[in-house]
Amino acid sequence: MKFHSPTSFAEAVVLAQNSEGVLRYLAGGTDVLVQMRAGIVTPDELIDLKKIPGVFDITRTAEGGWTIGVGVSGAQLGAHAELCADWPGVVDGMELVGSTQVQGRATLVGNLCNGSPAADSVPGMVAAGATVSITGPEGDRILAIEDIPAGPGRTNLTKGEMITAINLPPRGENGGDCYLRFIPRTEMDIAVVGCAVNLRLDGDTITEARVSLGAVAPTVLLVQDAADAIIGTTLDDEAVANLMAAASAACNPISDKRGTIEFRTDVAGVLAKRAAKFAYARAKGEVIKGTHL
Amino acid sequence: MAKDDLSTHLKYVGTRPDRPDGLDKVTGRARYGADIAAAGMLHAAVVRSPHAHARIIKIDTSKAEAVAGVKAVVTRADFPTGLTGEDWNLQENTMAGDKALYDGHAVAAVAATTSLLAKEAAELVEVEYEILPHVTDVDEAIKPDAPVIREGAADASVPEGMPANVVKYMEFGHGDIEAGFAEADLVMENTYKTEATHQGYIEPQACMGQLGKDGKGEMWVSTQGHWYIRKMSAAVLGLEASQLRVTPSEIGGGFGGKTTIFMEPLSLALSKKAGGRPVKIVMSRAEVLRATGPTASASMDVKIGMKKDGTLTAARAEFRMQGGAFPGAPVDMALYCAFAAYKLPNVEHIGYDVLANRPKCAAYRAPGSPMGAFAAESLLDEMCHKLGLDPLEVRKKNAVREGDKSSYGPKFGSIGLIETLDALENHPNMQAPLGPNQGRGIATGYWFNHGGETSVSMAISEDGTAQVSVGTPDIGGSRASIALMTAEALGIPYENVRVNVVETGALGVNEPTHGSRATFASGKAAVESTNQAIAEMCRRAAAEWGIAPEAVEWRDGAAHPAGPNAGDFPPMSIQEIAVKMGETGGPISGHHEGNLDGVGASFGAHAVDVEVDPETGRTTILRYLVVQDAGRAIHPAYVEGQYQGGAVQGIGWALNEEYIYDDKGRLQNPVFLDYRIPVASDLPMIDTVIVEVPNPGHPYGVRGVGETGITPPLPALANAIQNAVGVRMRDLPMSPVKVLAAIKAQNG
Repeated sequence: MKFHSPTSFAEAVVLAQNSEGVLRYLAGGTDVLVQMRAGIVTPDELIDLKKIPGVFDITRTAEGGWTIGVGVSGAQLGAHAELCADWPGVVDGMELVGSTQVQGRATLVGNLCNGSPAADSVPGMVAAGATVSITGPEGDRILAIEDIPAGPGRTNLTKGEMITAINLPPRGENGGDCYLRFIPRTEMDIAVVGCAVNLRLDGDTITEARVSLGAVAPTVLLVQDAADAIIGTTLDDEAVANLMAAASAACNPISDKRGTIEFRTDVAGVLAKRAAKFAYARAKGEVIKGTHL
Repeated sequence: MAKDDLSTHLKYVGTRPDRPDGLDKVTGRARYGADIAAAGMLHAAVVRSPHAHARIIKIDTSKAEAVAGVKAVVTRADFPTGLTGEDWNLQENTMAGDKALYDGHAVAAVAATTSLLAKEAAELVEVEYEILPHVTDVDEAIKPDAPVIREGAADASVPEGMPANVVKYMEFGHGDIEAGFAEADLVMENTYKTEATHQGYIEPQACMGQLGKDGKGEMWVSTQGHWYIRKMSAAVLGLEASQLRVTPSEIGGGFGGKTTIFMEPLSLALSKKAGGRPVKIVMSRAEVLRATGPTASASMDVKIGMKKDGTLTAARAEFRMQGGAFPGAPVDMALYCAFAAYKLPNVEHIGYDVLANRPKCAAYRAPGSPMGAFAAESLLDEMCHKLGLDPLEVRKKNAVREGDKSSYGPKFGSIGLIETLDALENHPNMQAPLGPNQGRGIATGYWFNHGGETSVSMAISEDGTAQVSVGTPDIGGSRASIALMTAEALGIPYENVRVNVVETGALGVNEPTHGSRATFASGKAAVESTNQAIAEMCRRAAAEWGIAPEAVEWRDGAAHPAGPNAGDFPPMSIQEIAVKMGETGGPISGHHEGNLDGVGASFGAHAVDVEVDPETGRTTILRYLVVQDAGRAIHPAYVEGQYQGGAVQGIGWALNEEYIYDDKGRLQNPVFLDYRIPVASDLPMIDTVIVEVPNPGHPYGVRGVGETGITPPLPALANAIQNAVGVRMRDLPMSPVKVLAAIKAQNG
């Protein structure tokens, strides 16, 4: 196995382009190292991205959004008061990944590129309308978060391409977001269903919304019907019922050791309802730390 | 002895000092199984069957042997033949013969100079299989047309004509069962199922074995019982037991799962083939879950007759259990325990031990009792609901007392069930208000406890301190408890007693730390040994004083003249006697051995409050109470720890833990991510009440306390869930998926 520590993304791109066999990128390593230990993946080449200047930075953009480096850990996100105030749902999702020890290493980009439909940080980013900056042999491009996963364990990045940063849009006024997941226990577990809701209010009325579901399809979903069910409403009972129905209808899950099709479909609606209520409360200015089911 | 005497006269027993092994454990100095190493040591990897049931056509080890650094490869061909009975079962489980019998069954093993090389070489072992039909569910395995695990495996108890996978059959009871049911106002019958669960000890099995061509060997191993390891390894490998010396390491949990062998003999077989170099084997978690011994899964029919006032008139249990591809499911224990808490004039038990394509089960904390309790205590609760009776009152009304005939036959000696139920009733948790979707469940549990083969030595050191050598590995604080009892008997401070768990060469045969016996049996033998040493110290003092030994008594750590007539001598302290013992007759020690009897059974009763999320089916535990009879709590903190630990394992079994097999019979969750033992944040602090009804068969009144606690949680949680949301769960685990499905079915 070859281990590379490039000091620029340009250098990393050349290494990736010229790599042979199985290539893995190393950010926090909380997936890659575990997979190596378990014998699931034995990379021929490992490119460590942590020596590249700037990868640990969280930066406010000129427009008021955020740029988050590929090496930023969950613990770093959770300790960033302004980011937490803007996007509590995104940060909550990331902080649900693994244990306290894992939080010291695990990254948003790693969670995204691992390609799990159950990745806890991804629905929150999708609902937020986040994008990723990509660099590669053909130059730079920007993709929406929801366009990165291609299926379990796969992404739409081409050979030599890598993510250089996550971009969160400006929070703006009267907005709120929330991510909730269902697990049989209280922590150290993998989402059986995950749901994020991001919305903006004008008075009591929802003017913008994005709803994302995890672990109910081969990739994390952006569910437009679910968003449409609550846009223009005050999240009244009828809107909630429509939201639940739309979320459940969007599910295309499997039955496996963690849950049945029926359970995932039912609980997706329940999580959408509860996440929307938390997001609504946050948009109203309530400070809710660490949302639970 | 009266309880008051115990309370007022004891100086050390009943206190809570730091455990002697605590500092080593929290600083990382304690040496567990995988911490052992020796010069020239090799590392082993085991090749395991990916199939649930397959004939082994051919094993080609040549490519593995060709890897540089590989020093030995063994298959079943390297083991002696001609074994019978349980020896054969153990050998067959250690290494598959003609057939692989479960997913994870060992088929070959490799020793190499590094662990990575061993793993690499293991992948080069080529095994040709003929895949056979398999069965993993007990109700499927008992069907007449089920795939047959092994012809002729049944013992003499199985009547002609039973399905081939039934290997043991039992029926017992008393009274007139039909008359009993006829007398009842309500008779109910239901079927209950429990899934196999694993002990989940945090330390995977690990050992280092060394065996020369001369048949002399040594092993260092994480185990609950090194004499069992010695006996079983010797049998499997055809060695003389005394030529194998086995030293136990510190142990990171066992709960019954480390009372037998799995990969341990492989280290010796590989070592012998590698010219006597020591060979270390450390299991991965996946190997632990696939190829060590979980408990059995069970399918149980229970029928109970009850009068309108709650009096039980008759009960019948018919239990089917699979404990893997070998006999040994604890169906007998499950039946003995199922109705043990209640006076039953008419009772009938029927049991089937059934083979299936799963790993060979091992003991797990009160083996069988949790399953029996789940079936019996659930149905009892359902009947209380039906008749509108208070479930605690009904249990008190029927509770057994000293002298009552037990459901399984023998008369009870001194027991504390009534006292336990009273303490539960009087606990504030029973008055806590409950909100919507919240419910309270109670249940009782029982374990016999065990004495068993025990050999203990103690010796006085030159400075008047004491050492005790025991053969029961310390899995629950037994060194602290034995030190407290020895200190009490000698009248010297707890800190002046060191208790060592010693190797097989140092004592006679000891059974493992099982049956909640270490504090009872090794403790009792330690006290007997100490009394011998005290008698000798009294003789030394008598000789110096020139009086008869009978005229000397021992108290407060010193010999005293027994009375004014004995003579007027100042007390002679243990230090004074010890410092000159070399001149007064040599070492002073004591020894006790035997099949220790006088064991005291332990009843427990639990109360749990839950809240069930009606939209997700998830159960949250709001408060949990364990009440149990300890006889006498030698070190109350460790008794409470046992109560809490037992409850938590039972809670995991009830709510989320299970062996999940796919349609090919492969285990789908051999990892803690998907084998869901509870995490700390899932639980409130478990409340405990120690009831003390002393056991007259122990010098300090000890009963075993380790096992009963795992039993009541299974039914208590099912009872609480019904009270919370109205659904009766009869199939474990009561996972959110199942509970939500039941709620939806109830709501139509």
